[in-house]
Amino acid sequence: MPERVHEITLTVNGTVRRVAVPGRRLLSDCLRHDLGLTGTHVGCEHGVCGCCTVLLDGEPVRSCLTFAVTADGHEITTVEGLADGERMSPVQRAFAECHGLQCGFCTPGFLCTVTALLRENPAPTDEEVLEGISGNLCRCTGYQNIIKAVHRAAELTAEES
Amino acid sequence: MKPPPFDYHRPSSLGEALDVLAGTGEDGKVLAGGQSLIPLLNMRLAAPAHLVDINRLTDLAAVEEEPGGLRVGALARHSRVERSARAAEVQPLLGQALRLVAHPVIRNRGTVVGSLVHADPAAELPAVLALLGGSVRLARRGGTRDVPAAGFFTGPLESAAGPGELAVSAFFPALAPRSGTAFHEVARRHGDYALAGVAALVGLDDDLRVSVARVACVSVGPVPLVADVVGACGHRPPASADWAGAARAVQDRIEPETDIHATADYRRHLTGVLAERALRDAAREALHA
Repeated sequence: MPERVHEITLTVNGTVRRVAVPGRRLLSDCLRHDLGLTGTHVGCEHGVCGCCTVLLDGEPVRSCLTFAVTADGHEITTVEGLADGERMSPVQRAFAECHGLQCGFCTPGFLCTVTALLRENPAPTDEEVLEGISGNLCRCTGYQNIIKAVHRAAELTAEES
Repeated sequence: MKPPPFDYHRPSSLGEALDVLAGTGEDGKVLAGGQSLIPLLNMRLAAPAHLVDINRLTDLAAVEEEPGGLRVGALARHSRVERSARAAEVQPLLGQALRLVAHPVIRNRGTVVGSLVHADPAAELPAVLALLGGSVRLARRGGTRDVPAAGFFTGPLESAAGPGELAVSAFFPALAPRSGTAFHEVARRHGDYALAGVAALVGLDDDLRVSVARVACVSVGPVPLVADVVGACGHRPPASADWAGAARAVQDRIEPETDIHATADYRRHLTGVLAERALRDAAREALHA
């Protein structure tokens, strides 16, 4: 028997998208396969690595631990939606400036996590940064430059607001 | 690493949810935050035929003060309870424990009641409910029952919630006057499941002598283990109570197992150290309460 599909509507990066998915379609797979937004990376698929982090109604969540059907009617922001047109967001520019990435696989998850972190806490302490990014794994950088990038992003955001 | 197929149900009222669960019986599983269930599905360790998604039942997101404690609805996310100033006042142990639950991003989605029903013996919230003597409210079509924590956790990943039942809320008793709490744990990496962890509750009488001293231990048995250590630490002021003796009494009560993460001996050692630390901190809080 073919799997039943559900018609859902997601507002992804400000655009309303309609898509038909089976109940078991992970939000990460829906974004990547059904909507072609491959910026969201999939690492561990059990919630450990944080690569697939996206913003659901503005809050960072694991898209591999969320069903697309559950997100029906909600707003999603992926890494593709962080930049303002051609101009990278302060968080993206800070990561580039501070060498907060090497291979880049974990970066989309970090960018979404940090964007939400700074929205909630515009000037975090070192400890708050560590706690904030503790759910995102990076196997290249050793984290030091990522922490610098978060502080730099806070500065850039403050300067530009 | 993809979930197996299931029939997806998204009820829009509690009554509808209970009807669906009554119909699916043993084949039905409730989906709330999904932060424990979806990894199990992704790893194909669980394959329920029906998933009942309660994320539209927003009435269940309430966190409300009730006489004697705090009632947390089935859809209240960890992060919401963690940030609730009222919850912190009524029962500070909740916030102390929630900070140790996974990572902030997981806590945005995961629910307090979901953690209780998942009943992982390595998890913090079952220990909190057990230590405080709270309860879980289970609804089924045509009835509701409150199950005390002591009878709720029946084994590793097993709770008293039966087929057709939905855990609609949990009740956490308030902190009594002149009482304090603490939660300490050791994990390999920040946010991982703890190798060992201890929640402590200490209460003082009118003469500021220890009259309540209780701990709940995680990761050292099939269910959270609650130990009353008031006899071991003595009916004395906190400064002269035998906290080391109380910690030894806890070590004697537990039966940890060896696995790839830690030996049984190491878990016993950690539990002793953490018990003493948590009891001392809880006593300090009680003196200042």
